[in-house]
Amino acid sequence: MTTNTSTRGKMALFIGCAVLMAVAPFVIGSVLGNSWVRIVDFALLYIMLALGLNIVVGFAGLLDMGYIAFYAVGAYTYALLSSPQFGLHLPFYVTIPLGAICAACFGLLLGTPVLRLKGDYLAIVTLGFGEIIRIFMNNLNQPINITNGPQGVNLIDPIHLGDVTLGKTMQIGSLNLPVVYLHYYLFLILSVLVVILASRLQHSRIGRAWVALREDDIAAASMGINIRNIKLLAFALGALSGGVAGGLFASFQGFISPESFGLMESIMILAMVVLGGMGHIPGVVLGAVVLTVAPEILRDTIGPLQMNTFGRMIVDPENARQLLFGLALVVMMLVRPAGMWPSKRRALEFSDAKAKARAQKG
Amino acid sequence: MDIFLQQILNGLVLGSIYALIALGYTMVYGIMGLINFAHGEVVMLGAMVTITIVNALVNAGVSLPGPVILAIGLFVAIPACMLVGFTIERIAYRPLRGAPRLAPLITAIGLSISLQQIAILIWGRNYIPFPPILNQDVVTFFGASITKLQIFIIVLCLLIMTGLLVMVEKTKLGRAMRATSQNPSVASLMGVNVNSIISATFVIGSGLGAVAGVMVATNYDQAHYYMGYLIGMKAFTAAVLGGIGNLGGAVLGGILLGIIESLGAGYIGDLTGGFLGSNYQDVFAFVVLILVLIFRPSGLLGEKLADRA
Amino acid sequence: MADALLKIEGINKRFGGLQALSAVSLEIPRGSIYGLIGPNGAGKTTLFNVLTGLYMPDEGTFTFDGQDLFRAKPHKVVAAGIARTFQNIRLFSEMTALENVMVGRHIKSRAGALGAVLRDPRTRAEEAAIRDKAWELLEYVGITDVAGELARNLSYGHQRRLEIARALATEPKLLALDEPAAGMNPRETDDLRQLMAKVRDGGVTILLIEHDVKLVMGLCDRIAVLDYGKRIAEGVPDAVRKDPKVIEAYLGVAHE
Ligand SMILES: Nc1ncnc2c1ncn2[C@@H]1O[C@H](COP(=O)(O)OP(=O)(O)OP(=O)(O)O)[C@@H](O)[C@H]1O
Ligand SMILES: [Mg+2]
Repeated sequence: MTTNTSTRGKMALFIGCAVLMAVAPFVIGSVLGNSWVRIVDFALLYIMLALGLNIVVGFAGLLDMGYIAFYAVGAYTYALLSSPQFGLHLPFYVTIPLGAICAACFGLLLGTPVLRLKGDYLAIVTLGFGEIIRIFMNNLNQPINITNGPQGVNLIDPIHLGDVTLGKTMQIGSLNLPVVYLHYYLFLILSVLVVILASRLQHSRIGRAWVALREDDIAAASMGINIRNIKLLAFALGALSGGVAGGLFASFQGFISPESFGLMESIMILAMVVLGGMGHIPGVVLGAVVLTVAPEILRDTIGPLQMNTFGRMIVDPENARQLLFGLALVVMMLVRPAGMWPSKRRALEFSDAKAKARAQKG
Repeated sequence: MDIFLQQILNGLVLGSIYALIALGYTMVYGIMGLINFAHGEVVMLGAMVTITIVNALVNAGVSLPGPVILAIGLFVAIPACMLVGFTIERIAYRPLRGAPRLAPLITAIGLSISLQQIAILIWGRNYIPFPPILNQDVVTFFGASITKLQIFIIVLCLLIMTGLLVMVEKTKLGRAMRATSQNPSVASLMGVNVNSIISATFVIGSGLGAVAGVMVATNYDQAHYYMGYLIGMKAFTAAVLGGIGNLGGAVLGGILLGIIESLGAGYIGDLTGGFLGSNYQDVFAFVVLILVLIFRPSGLLGEKLADRA
Repeated sequence: MADALLKIEGINKRFGGLQALSAVSLEIPRGSIYGLIGPNGAGKTTLFNVLTGLYMPDEGTFTFDGQDLFRAKPHKVVAAGIARTFQNIRLFSEMTALENVMVGRHIKSRAGALGAVLRDPRTRAEEAAIRDKAWELLEYVGITDVAGELARNLSYGHQRRLEIARALATEPKLLALDEPAAGMNPRETDDLRQLMAKVRDGGVTILLIEHDVKLVMGLCDRIAVLDYGKRIAEGVPDAVRKDPKVIEAYLGVAHE
């Protein structure tokens, strides 16, 4: 009887959430305007990215600072195969999986040489890898024009199937669904899917092996875990998710250039994972949402705030935004090193480490 | 032949600057076992502050010889950078000693971003030219040319590095630093104040960074809020190449990397049949870094440490 | 010797200038408890690390149950049937006791990433079996009451037992224990002794490093003694106890 009511309660909660999610773009669109629906779309994309990186950093404990490279590979794969660049217009159900596979291959390519590296060293090498990819994207426009260099690729096809396209406002009965709404639904479904997949991975034999690796790689090896394979799997699966997100990004934006895949973006995604709560899926989702939305709120408020209080612009809003981001990273790590919403275990571990450090000092 | 010699000379200039910065990374790593990600920004600030002072003096119509003006700028920049380095350690690293490794890494990245943005607030986003106060006379030999300024850079770098090595070997502070880097808890039992040694390390490293920043600015005639990142990465590579934690290694790694880079940039076109051009120059450092970490992670002069089980 | 489970010959291991193991040979009979003793720094742990693939030996031969394991990777060694514990306990501190043992089931299970995301019936059944087996092992070593606790919150004695349970989860033929009684009180040591006897009676051969001479002499069928990386004695406990070289090695250390 009680279980019946609790499952019914869960059902109700689930349906409630689903309805809320379904009407969200209409509410946000009419209250805040469609530009905010676009921001929410990006938040969903970033959830996918952050969850992918979380597999590598959060689950397996491998500090990857070049993750954006996989996003780039996915995006460029889609863009080059579905745009006038080469006159190819392959459908999304070819290019997105292909981009994901390419990204996963790059994940293995990066993972193989760095198998023996740990911690800060791994961070630096992955960072370097990300930079190399970006430098190539920037320069592969000559002697053969592949990436179109710094100008990027333009007029990328939107996702479409037959006559149905996400690139134009859709009319269903009397309902008008603008492009950003359509992408909202697509991204929502996919990010829910990624959440489910990531959580299933976490609570599996593979997930346990990752945590074992993160906690103590020597003990993990001595328990029969093939360290090389389990690391490569983490890199490949993380990259896969990044590749899918990249393809979606390209189709959504219609335009990509190397500028979107710089070091700052990598740091941003890492910050989503770390500030959210490494290894904790709800925390990472929260981190992705907060770090996508907060800068936009700042963008909208810093300028007007200055105008109102000082009567003129003192600090360039973009500048102030970045400065706040940098300071937020510092303050968050000092105040809540386990992130905004850590798993209960992590929170404990961090407070233990702090207590230990304090004891050492005192 | 002359191209070859020319690239070697360019590489020497670049390399001695890298070496100076690499010392900052390597000293901190030797003592604390972590990479100071914000070090590049200290270098950038050193360049910016010096240019500002030099410009102020020039604009005020002070009629002193160029090198003297530059020296005045440096004497402001060095303490300023030392203060920044000291603060970085206090804010980003000291409270997180004993915390999981990711935490200080993120605070350091946060500080890096903040320092860049503060630089934008003060100096803007554009390149800042270095005023032409220095002698740009060129010396040529065997078909290669080098400015007197560049010769001066190389010599000054070598002098500073020798001074540092002597300091670490011979002075009380140097001994305390070596003791701390070997084993902090034993060092503190022997009466070494580990906290002040760590502070001193950051301060000295930042001072060297300031000098290096000025050299970069004079060598390229400009400075920029983002210059710290790339040069920092390269200097870090140099430190790893030489064997991180090893001072002599940092010097060797810096000079080697400088030469590899300029030779690479000079010949990559020929090597790849024109497919890749010198715009790939920045790739070399990363490739070297990755290769070293894969094949000889302990670097050229570092000792090999097995993983203790 | 009737049936050797593990046989090494002429194993050398150097760390830079330090010869940590020189020409060490051992033969461990199946079904026995084999003691490995020696003064601090003698190379006992190093030998363990060589046997479990964590260190690469420089020379020698190493066969286990008919397989050549010379320079084999750790996971290969585990698959061949050697499991170990560590001198300075290496549990997965952020995992619960039960999860720690579940990790030990890794090589005895197969589900990959695809199974994990699909959660097909076979994967689910396997997962349930892993859990059951892990629980069974906690029962076996007698720590089910802390199954849900994080490993790092366990008492020292419990951690030692958990490490043994985790090692047993790989279903080893040889269980290598590195000073399992270190830091235990006499009662805990006695419990541990019984546990080891139980494991041996269950058909698992044990290789035991231990400083507690009483424990080793009472429990082991044979003993090898290492000193400065060399095997200086080997035999049944009574013979080893009387061996002048062994007495000298230990007295030499005691004098320091
Ligand atoms: N990874 C390593 N690198 C360098 N030297 C090592 C390494 N591992 C062990 N040694 C050295 O090898 C020698 C043997 O050490 P080992 O740990 O095997 O001794 P042990 O017999 O287990 O001693 P204890 O009883 O103290 O545990 C010691 O001198 C030790 O310092
Ligand atoms: Mg030992």
